[in-house]
Amino acid sequence: MLEMDYSPLLLSLKVAAISTFFVFVAGVFIAYLLAKRDFFGKSILEALFLLPLVLPPTVVGFGLLILFGKKGWIGSWLLEWFDFQIVFTWIGAVIASIVVSFPLMYQSAAAAFESLDERLSNAARTMGASESRVFWSVVFPLAWPGLLAGLVLSFARGLGEFGATLMLAGYIPGKTDTIPMAIYFAVESGQMEKATFWVVMIITFGFSLILWVNWWSKRNIRRFTKS
Amino acid sequence: MLHVDINTQLAHFEMNIHFEMCNEIMVLVGPSGSGKTTILNCIAGLVHPDHGQILSNEHTFFETGEKPLPARDRQIGYLFQDYALFPHMTVEKNIWFGVKKNERKESNEMIHQLLQVLGIEHLLQKYPHQISGGEKQRVALARALATQPSVLLLDEPLSALDTETRKQCQDELLRLHDMWKIPFIIVTHNLDEAERLGNRIIFLDQGQITDEKWKRYVVSTY
Repeated sequence: MLEMDYSPLLLSLKVAAISTFFVFVAGVFIAYLLAKRDFFGKSILEALFLLPLVLPPTVVGFGLLILFGKKGWIGSWLLEWFDFQIVFTWIGAVIASIVVSFPLMYQSAAAAFESLDERLSNAARTMGASESRVFWSVVFPLAWPGLLAGLVLSFARGLGEFGATLMLAGYIPGKTDTIPMAIYFAVESGQMEKATFWVVMIITFGFSLILWVNWWSKRNIRRFTKS
Repeated sequence: MLHVDINTQLAHFEMNIHFEMCNEIMVLVGPSGSGKTTILNCIAGLVHPDHGQILSNEHTFFETGEKPLPARDRQIGYLFQDYALFPHMTVEKNIWFGVKKNERKESNEMIHQLLQVLGIEHLLQKYPHQISGGEKQRVALARALATQPSVLLLDEPLSALDTETRKQCQDELLRLHDMWKIPFIIVTHNLDEAERLGNRIIFLDQGQITDEKWKRYVVSTY
């Protein structure tokens, strides 16, 4: 039996969970804010949000290094004021995950909000509901299937993030070695068994996740449409 | 008493509407796109006119140059076309949605009576997709009236119903108006319906009132 170090699994889950939390809150908030508004420059802003989806991860990683590197705009400031460094830490992996998975959450949330019938929110308003009540009791529950799809996609994307993470967080065993990182460096050092183990693990996990989301959203949508 | 005097630029024409009404049923009739729903939306506060004044009893809903009163503070009952019931809530939750927490006790009896009059007590635990079109219409009416509005707006309330149910619902509307005694504004395409329901019919075209008919007030049998 192969002697396994499970730290990549725990680290991957930690990084993906934390980044998904931030991506979910920001994605839902920004998408809701923009969904019902039309203004000059909205398309440019949306294109910027979706850019990490089409860029090579190395380009995203490069951009993040410029921002968060020791001499980067934000990085140098953090180092000077808080003696804190993001490069080569698991927080770097979280930031990389946030940037690459945000477009998926934003897109899902925007589609979910735009497909909602505005009359439902208006009905709530005429019945005296404040904007926050309109959001929490009408918009959010009705958009939930779409939001959940975005949440799961973002989590899966965060879990599989490699390129940008490698550039920002590097590969430090026990510190920044997420599963994709462990696979790459296991192959590089000829440890095919170890690589296979993580590959099977991540495929099984990803497949189950997608299967579950599909099943869940179908069931949930059916609940409101069929008797 | 409702006073509406609005002027607003729409996509294809300028809308100029002026009317005053008491606790009567006023029906707005006109072709699609003549501005009927826009008038309801202006009164409800979902859109705002460019200029003018909307007053309801002692409240100013809209006045040129002033901040409009938000929809949530207008105490308007609005029955949307296709009803806009919340699909994820039971009939009971839909009806109680607009009742404020501190008014629940006082509203209990009134809502109970409303459910009885409309014959929808047995639907309380169902979801909107589990009930028929006529039942949805009654639930939406109950929901709009549960907030004890000072005006009730109805946007083509009966258009999705078959002839038999439609007649029944017309009777119910007249009965409810008799009980509530507040201004009802009904938008419809159907002239027969307008004549049956309205104390007053306003004909609209391209955002202008083209004709107005009054029906001699008939004291109802109730």
